[in-house]
Amino acid sequence: MPWTRDDMAKRAAQELKDGFYVNLGIGIPTLVANHIPDGVDVTLQSENGMLGMGPFPYADEVDPDLINAGKQTITELRRSSYFNSAESFAMIRGGHIDISILGAMQISEGGDIANWMIPGKMVKGMGGAMDLVAGVKRCVAVMDHTNRAGASKFLPQCTLPLTGRNCIDMVITDLGVFSRPEGEAKFRVTELAPGVEMDEVKAKTEADLDWG
Amino acid sequence: MSNKVFKTAADALQGLTFDGMVVMAGGFGLCGIPENLIAALRDSGAQNITAISNNAGVDGFGLGLLLETRQIKKMVSSYVGENKEFERQFLAGELDLEFNPQGTLAERIRAGGAGIPGFYTKTGVGTVIAEGKPTREFDGEEYIMETGLKADVALVKAWRGDTQGNLQFKKTARNFNPMMATAGKVTVVEVDELVEVGSFDPNYIHTPGIYVQRIIEAKCEKRIEQLTVREKEEVQ
Repeated sequence: MPWTRDDMAKRAAQELKDGFYVNLGIGIPTLVANHIPDGVDVTLQSENGMLGMGPFPYADEVDPDLINAGKQTITELRRSSYFNSAESFAMIRGGHIDISILGAMQISEGGDIANWMIPGKMVKGMGGAMDLVAGVKRCVAVMDHTNRAGASKFLPQCTLPLTGRNCIDMVITDLGVFSRPEGEAKFRVTELAPGVEMDEVKAKTEADLDWG
Repeated sequence: MSNKVFKTAADALQGLTFDGMVVMAGGFGLCGIPENLIAALRDSGAQNITAISNNAGVDGFGLGLLLETRQIKKMVSSYVGENKEFERQFLAGELDLEFNPQGTLAERIRAGGAGIPGFYTKTGVGTVIAEGKPTREFDGEEYIMETGLKADVALVKAWRGDTQGNLQFKKTARNFNPMMATAGKVTVVEVDELVEVGSFDPNYIHTPGIYVQRIIEAKCEKRIEQLTVREKEEVQ
C-alpha cells in the first residue's frame, strides 16, 4: 500500500529534531504539525511574521490580526514572537531555519524544485517558496510520485518554471523516501512504503537515481 | 509642532494622489491592510497606479477595490492567488504584474527606505526571477542583484499610534507595514487607536514617528480570509 497524505506527513515529521526551528509549507506539509514525535520540541515559523505558531483557535478566541502564511486563523504560544516581513526573511535567507518541508509539482534528479507556476494556467505567485529553498539549511519535498495522468513527477529536469536549483535534500513520495547526503550526489532510495516494490518505483521514476 | 493628525482617510490623502503614482500598501492577505486608506485612494480617482503590495486583496476588498475600478496598471507582489478579477485582467493582458519572491520584496522595500539602492541575494538564482539581473559570485556561490523600492505614497496599517506618528503593530498584522513606512516619500498611517504623545513606553515603539507624515484613527472591518477553528471538545 503506497503511503497516504497523512502517512507522508508522518514520515516527514521524523526529520524534525529536538530544538529545531521549522517552516512548513501549505498542503501535506501543514499536516506534519500533527505528527511531531514525542519528546521532540520544535518551534514553527510562519513567514508572515511569527515564531511559535500555536493551534487553530477556539471559536471565541479568533483574532483577525493573527494568521499563518496560509491565511488561516491561529493562536500564539508562551514562546511566540512577532516580527516584520524583512526580519522573517532574514531568518529564512540567513540560514537560521533548520528545516523547510514543502510541497512540489516536480523534482529533478539534480535537486531542483518546481512548485509555483504552471504557464498559461495558474497565476498565483511564489510567495516565500523561493526564499525558503534558497536559504533554509535542509529542504524536504513532499509530493505524490506521479501526477493524475500517471506521469512521473521525479524527472531528469523539471519542465515547469523552477522555484530553486539544486536545493532539495530529501524527497518523500507516496512510494518511499529518496535522499542524498551531499549536495551533488544522486538521490537514492532509502525507504519504500509498505508493500511497494523497487520495480514499481523504477517504473514510475524518470529521474536517474542511485538504485544501489 | 507640525500636525500629523488628520480626521478622515480622504483628508489624509488630500494633495497626495495623482495619475501614474506608485503606492505601497501594507498587509499579508487581508491581515494588517490599510483598508480605509485603500478605499480613499479609490475614491480619489487616481489612475494608472503602480501598487506594491504582497498580495492583491480579494474580489471586492482591499486592493481588489482598485482592480474592480481598473485604477491599477501594474502590481508588484509575491502572491495573488486569492483574486479572480486579478487573474482575469492579467490573463487578458490588461494588467502588468511583477512577481517578487516574498523575502526579496520585503528586503527591496527595506533597502529602499534605508537608502540602499541594491543588494545581492541567493533567492531566485537559476529561476525566471534571475533573468536580466546582474549576478555576482561570493565565496563560490552565485547571487543576483535586486534593487531597492520606494513609493510616492506608502499606506500603512498599525494597531496604535501617537500624535507624533510613533507606531505599534499587533501580532501578524505587522508584516510589510514597518518597512513600507520607511519607503514612502509620504507615509500615511491608519490606526485602530490614536493616543496622546507620551502614552507609549519608548522601549516598545516599533516604528518611530520620523517615518510618518500623516495619521488617522479609523475603524477597520478586518475581514478574515480563512476562518479556521478547533472544537472545544478536542483536548489538546
